[in-house]
Amino acid sequence: MPETMTTAAPSAVTLTIDGKTVTAPPGTLLIEAAKQAGIEVPSFCYYPGMALQGACRMCLVSIEKMGKLQTACTTTVAPGMVVHTENDEVRNARKAMLEFLLTNHPLDCPVCDKGGECELQDAVFRYGAAETRFMESKLHHEEKQFSKLIYYDWPRCILCYRCVRVCDEIMDVNAYGVAFRAAHSEIIPNRGEKLECEECGMCVDICPVGALTSGTYRYKTRPWEMNYTGTVCNHCGDGCKTTLSIRNNEIIRANNRDHSGINGEFLCVKGRFGWDFVNSQERLLEPRVRRNGSQAPASWDDALGLAVERLKAVIKEHGRDAVAVIGSNRTSNEENYLLQRLARSVLGTNNIDHHRTADYASLVGALTAAGAKDRHATMAEIASANSILLIGNDPTQQHPLVALQIREAVRQHGAHLYVINRNRIKLAERQAAVFAEVKNETEALASLIGDSPSGELAALREKLQAESDTVVIFGSEIQGRDVQRLVRWALALPGRTRFVALGDYANSRGAADMGLLPNTLPGYSPVSDVAASARFESVWGGSIPSKPGRNIREIIVDIDSGAIKALLVFGSNPAKTFGVSKETLAKLSLLFVADLFPTETAAMADVVVPAASFAEKSGTVTNLCGEVQALRKTMRKAGTRSDFEILLALARLLGAAWPYRTPDDVLREIVERVPGYSIALPHLLVGGAVPTRPEGAPLALERADLVFSSGDSLFTSGSVSRFSWALNAPEEARRPRGHIF
Amino acid sequence: MGFRGQKIEMISDALKSKFDQVIAHYPSKRSAIVPLLVFGQDEIGHVSGELVEEIARRVEVRPIEVEETIGFYSMLHRRPIGKHNFQVCTNVSCMLRGAEEIMAHCERRLGIGHKQTTADGLFSLEEVECLGACCGAPAMQVNYDFYENLTPEKVDALIARLKKGGA
Ligand code: SF4
Ligand code: SF4
Ligand code: SF4
Ligand code: FES
Ligand code: FES
Repeated sequence: MPETMTTAAPSAVTLTIDGKTVTAPPGTLLIEAAKQAGIEVPSFCYYPGMALQGACRMCLVSIEKMGKLQTACTTTVAPGMVVHTENDEVRNARKAMLEFLLTNHPLDCPVCDKGGECELQDAVFRYGAAETRFMESKLHHEEKQFSKLIYYDWPRCILCYRCVRVCDEIMDVNAYGVAFRAAHSEIIPNRGEKLECEECGMCVDICPVGALTSGTYRYKTRPWEMNYTGTVCNHCGDGCKTTLSIRNNEIIRANNRDHSGINGEFLCVKGRFGWDFVNSQERLLEPRVRRNGSQAPASWDDALGLAVERLKAVIKEHGRDAVAVIGSNRTSNEENYLLQRLARSVLGTNNIDHHRTADYASLVGALTAAGAKDRHATMAEIASANSILLIGNDPTQQHPLVALQIREAVRQHGAHLYVINRNRIKLAERQAAVFAEVKNETEALASLIGDSPSGELAALREKLQAESDTVVIFGSEIQGRDVQRLVRWALALPGRTRFVALGDYANSRGAADMGLLPNTLPGYSPVSDVAASARFESVWGGSIPSKPGRNIREIIVDIDSGAIKALLVFGSNPAKTFGVSKETLAKLSLLFVADLFPTETAAMADVVVPAASFAEKSGTVTNLCGEVQALRKTMRKAGTRSDFEILLALARLLGAAWPYRTPDDVLREIVERVPGYSIALPHLLVGGAVPTRPEGAPLALERADLVFSSGDSLFTSGSVSRFSWALNAPEEARRPRGHIF
Repeated sequence: MGFRGQKIEMISDALKSKFDQVIAHYPSKRSAIVPLLVFGQDEIGHVSGELVEEIARRVEVRPIEVEETIGFYSMLHRRPIGKHNFQVCTNVSCMLRGAEEIMAHCERRLGIGHKQTTADGLFSLEEVECLGACCGAPAMQVNYDFYENLTPEKVDALIARLKKGGA
């Protein structure tokens, strides 16, 4: 086509598909052009975003003036092409292909997991070929257990290679191969008879038939017997949207087959399988109260009544500053907002903190100071970045979606990845353009932005200065003043630099944004800022103490010293995370714990109340990019109450008249009052991720041991993963932290 | 052969330098997978796990990609087979000239069936498609040698010779 070879932007191609005139950019695959025109061309091996395979021949279409049928998944549009996707010739060819695919297929749809949502079943319904002309007996192999979570049933496999490609191209694990030939071809795992991999289940999810099945879902139900609710994964801070499938009030499966949300169809092992902690037999289902030294079941009224009675006594005898509150990394924004309202305006103290896993306050402060509050990168912007600087952390293990976005940036459009890390993490080994292996990321940062960077850092800096629109991603290694230094330096790089701080858990970011901090209000203004306090006082009534409260380390020290007498803990396990001893906790007049499980901290409590999990409540959470998403209640757990309900009850018993009836009422107040959270609610309600733009001038980070990551692996999730079968069963869960699959 | 408990280094230095030479012949290292497998199998007798790892490392692919290649070629063996591998052709020309009788005779004499190996590790037997030796049908291939115009007597003589240690 020499006449079209001009330097101008290539013009669109016009062609005819089934009598419709269709226009598409040059290079568009026929199958995609047809899809845009509302015409579905069936396909098995074709999968958007992965290498073309041309293996299954289901997408055959007839193109006028071309002798043979062509595969729509590999043919690109050409001007004037006339395509028929459903004439007799095409239908016959597809029927013949199906008959061929069914030669050894067991036709066990009535017992197959996939029955009802099987792409092969759908195609046979559409084209026929259920009865075969083959007289030979069918080949058969027994089903194989590739791992605790993944099974392979050879006779059902149609050799579309989707599993092989998703694991290689998308996951970069490459755990599958295709061995043998023709009718004997089969999918083989990487360790003889077994898989050794990330156990993400992407292969199970993407298999068009029931050949790969899930160890947690198989043979439990049929797709039409479940209810589906879209919500957000409750493990790491990436915030994957997930659809929970519920039957008889139990979660049976999680996936995201509608590709909605920031993660498309991606879920890691925790999101896809690790929700089973919700169904755990060890869930707390009734309140417990300590009397005469040991905990015993109690009614909700007794438990909350006792807590409030002791709180009042402590305040009366020791003052408001003898009370402290520790919040959660996993509860909703609405609950966190109410928790700090309870502390600040009902209990009257700023002694409130949580396990900070990234220094969001310093990031927001630094961006605000630089007039760059819109420089928080979204999850999608990581994947579309041309240049990425990653300092610290191991996203492959700790932030699987962020790691995927980084890999996609490199794979799909050749982005350059620059890694500074003390360990040879997988992204450094496999994707990095430059990897600076350093002793310590903090020192490395000083060197990088200093006058004469050393060794690899010099090369890295030089290259980075030639990039533009870099996304800077950093772990808890960079905190406090170092965040300010990093932000100032990186904003001076060419283009629009954007930032992501990697916080561990589902609402680590939301906990900081909502003010679970001793010195900042929701939205990062200091508690000493009179105007900022007035924003909240005007709706809450009363006044917010202006003196910063104790941080979590000081709270612990002062429990020991006797200055703190009552501690309220919501969805947190300080006994383990901060190593608080039993002796220390025993000094409290009141230790109140709301949690899902009998944790080390709950075991020491005077009052324990059973909290609802993420699946059992509504609300919102904010991921580590600052994107807000909706949690939707999918089921009930008899005996539990959400933190929202617990907080409302406590406030009422403490004499406060709160106007909220549902979490939505709280959200409206957040949207109205919290700087940066004036988000569009309709977008949220339809399952979107809405970016926030917090701004504020928070006080400097108080000390270095307040911000630290738990360093979770792919198979751990703080104090929750031990209650999950799926996260402990796979062999891989016992590999040392940082093992590269 | 190594002693009990002693790690056997199966890949000789000669083989390793052969590998180096072969890889140098190709513009892309992974193209050398098949010849490396053939040379390796010739020396070791089959494709061992160690050989798979070694080849993967040398041509810079993951072991699973070497496994895929092995699976594709029926002449590569992942498990040990007999010292003498009888591959009896039973395709059309040979069949018309008595191949099925030859196959049955081998089975009787060796006491093994298709894709099996004798207990002493001396013989393996398999039925294969056309060897390209139709003009000498019925034919079979034993390791790299062809035997044509076979009769049960010729097979017996061959087995006897191989048992005595002849080639
Ligand atoms: S579960 Fe394992 S084999 Fe399947 S896609 Fe994930 S990493 Fe690959
Ligand atoms: S196991 Fe499933 S995804 Fe993999 S090739 Fe077979 S049918 Fe395709
Ligand atoms: S990447 Fe994080 S948010 Fe996504 S499924 Fe995994 S644990 Fe859940
Ligand atoms: S979808 Fe086109 S060949 Fe499989
Ligand atoms: S048919 Fe036996 S060698 Fe050709």
